[in-house]
Amino acid sequence: MSEQHAHDVAFVRTEFVPESPPPGVASGPVKWMRENLFASPANSVLTLLSIYAIYLILSPTLPWILNGVWTASSLSECREILNGTSGACFAVLTERWPQLLYGFKYPADEYWRPTLAFVLLFIAAAPVLFFDLPRKLLIFTGLYPFLAFWLIWGGTILTPLLALAGCVVGGLVYQRLVASNFAAGFFGGIVAALVVWTLGGVLIPEGASDNALLPAVPSRDLGGFMLNMMLGVTCVSLSLPIGIALALGRQSSMPLIKWICVVFIEFIRGVPLITLLFVASVMLSYFFPPESTVDLFLRVVIMITMFSSAYIAEVIRGGLAALPRGQYEAADSLGLDYAQAMRLIILPQALKISIPGIVNVAVGLFKDTTLVSVISMFDLVGMIRGPILASTEWNGVYWELLGFAAALFFVVCYGISQYSQWLERRLATDHR
Amino acid sequence: MKKSVLWGALTVAGLAAGAAAAGTIDDVKARGKLNCGVTTGLVGFAAPDSNGEWKGFDVALCRAVAAAVLGDGNAVEFVPTTGKTRFTALASGEVDVLARNTTWTFSRDVDLKFEFVGVNYYDGQGFMVPKALGVSSAKELDGATVCIQTGTTTELNLADFFRANNISYEPVPIETNAEAQQQYLAGACDVYTTDASGLAATRATFENPGDHVLLPEIISKEPLGPLVRHGDNEWADVVRWTLNALISAEEYGVTSANIDEMAAGTNNPEINRILGTEGTLGEMLGLDAQWAMRAIKVGGNYGEVFAQNIGESTPIGLARGLNAQWTDGGLLYSPPFR
Repeated sequence: MSEQHAHDVAFVRTEFVPESPPPGVASGPVKWMRENLFASPANSVLTLLSIYAIYLILSPTLPWILNGVWTASSLSECREILNGTSGACFAVLTERWPQLLYGFKYPADEYWRPTLAFVLLFIAAAPVLFFDLPRKLLIFTGLYPFLAFWLIWGGTILTPLLALAGCVVGGLVYQRLVASNFAAGFFGGIVAALVVWTLGGVLIPEGASDNALLPAVPSRDLGGFMLNMMLGVTCVSLSLPIGIALALGRQSSMPLIKWICVVFIEFIRGVPLITLLFVASVMLSYFFPPESTVDLFLRVVIMITMFSSAYIAEVIRGGLAALPRGQYEAADSLGLDYAQAMRLIILPQALKISIPGIVNVAVGLFKDTTLVSVISMFDLVGMIRGPILASTEWNGVYWELLGFAAALFFVVCYGISQYSQWLERRLATDHR
Repeated sequence: MKKSVLWGALTVAGLAAGAAAAGTIDDVKARGKLNCGVTTGLVGFAAPDSNGEWKGFDVALCRAVAAAVLGDGNAVEFVPTTGKTRFTALASGEVDVLARNTTWTFSRDVDLKFEFVGVNYYDGQGFMVPKALGVSSAKELDGATVCIQTGTTTELNLADFFRANNISYEPVPIETNAEAQQQYLAGACDVYTTDASGLAATRATFENPGDHVLLPEIISKEPLGPLVRHGDNEWADVVRWTLNALISAEEYGVTSANIDEMAAGTNNPEINRILGTEGTLGEMLGLDAQWAMRAIKVGGNYGEVFAQNIGESTPIGLARGLNAQWTDGGLLYSPPFR
């Protein structure tokens, strides 16, 4: 049939028609828009409304940002430059930049020290965060806290060296004793470290910091975003191990340990963080004589760490509870003791389950570090609310400063959250 | 080393604190620094500038005391305190003197066991309204919406004032001064009320300060002054008479410019006694003869300090008002140096 038919018609195509691109409405951005933005009448209306809303937001803010003034010495000068037009006064950020980052009392010649400590933080954190990196890098991670302390506070190098020596001795004692008994190793290590610190503390001469290589900077002079970072990093890294210990302690079959952990967790969780901070800054100074108080930074670190470790303990307890009972029994049936079972079987699984919760606490904790501004520490928010807004030049600049603070915090918190999502994907061993 | 001190200290804390309180002046001299409690930042009164140097009206008093006692106006450790931490900082001995625009009230003086050594600024609650409202007295504010900080004495004063004048108002509660500024400018309230110095400072930050007026009524008494702990009268005397020296210096025309000239000796015996060329006033205080001279030199007399930090030539632009010398119709009245 087809042959005859072919003779009747005037034209028969002998070759394939070259593939032509799909019609404009079925490809490219137009197709995407038809499918995603204008799929149905209701959809189209929503799209138009959203575009209008975006326009409403951006039409005043974009000119405000783009028209911003970056160099001026005061708000009134900004306004003179703007001359009635809408525009931000970002000059406050450029003029007070070091104050926003380092506080107003950190010596200007020493700004490189916290900056260097900040850069080294990434190198130190890398092997912990990304476990594909060579394990040898962990040595630097172990040294980092002492190095960072020396860089930021300065003073005699003997103090961080002594702290390091105490930790090393404690670690050695732990290794020696842990083979026979975990508790003996654990407490033996702590006692050994304390002995080293006490003995060494006597040996460090009074006034050793006076002519140190790096001039000493007292804690009171720390401030700005540096203080938020320091509090956040220290407290998160301390509260994670303490939180794990508390979570395990709460599940312990030994009543004393169990009840200590339960009371600690429930008490701390029942008290607002700001109350703990007030206790740290106000009440404790009543108990100590004026000359010998514990460093305010240390007091705040202890309080925030206690607070967040109680929360992390509960998050991890959730992870432990989510593990099937069979996992515990399997560990027992292999003949593993408690420490081994926890380290090799239970905790790796429980911690994996707890990652979103832990990250949640960490992000919350990082933002909570701004609460220290109410106990007159000059973190980023404290710097903005106190000295900068109270200066005659910059009183009245709110959006630019607080927007900047929000942006800084967003960068860090979003980074943490992205890392945790990567970690969850990396650790996913189940087949979903 | 610190640790052992710490544990031992726990047991003898009360004792040691008592001992420390007994001789603040010796403590300050031994330390070589004056610990002075200031605000974490209040326009014109205390704030660090872009170099981290503390400046302001209250700061100047700290520097004057440090100059009198230690001979150096920069030998001050400024301890920033918030409204909530200020009293414990003083009571616990963390600061030697609190110069933090604190209102002198009965309960603070008596119940909290502090000693106000004088008044360095007479403040009071005032009202600010937009000029366009056409109001010239607070008594014309019937039915107005008023922005007010909650939980402060200003709230109570406001209620009293309106009730006493038998007029009505609608409060718009706000939390902080910053919020109040925004609300007021956005027109959420017709009137903003807080301390008059705060109103002036707030108005100075507006784009068009001329469009807003401060009403003449001042409806409360807020005498702000430096305070020290109860029970150390020698130290209280030092701070009190340093403040009085600044005030008297203005009264007798001693300025930072002419003080060297006057220190050579003048015809006025009172000036001579203040500047230490006559009498032994410094010795009575436990200081040397030049104490007041140094205190005045560091930032000038009271009038100079006022003009530099909050006076009419500054953006804050406060008039002297109640804070003028008694000879000019104000309340500043220093007891004689004799």
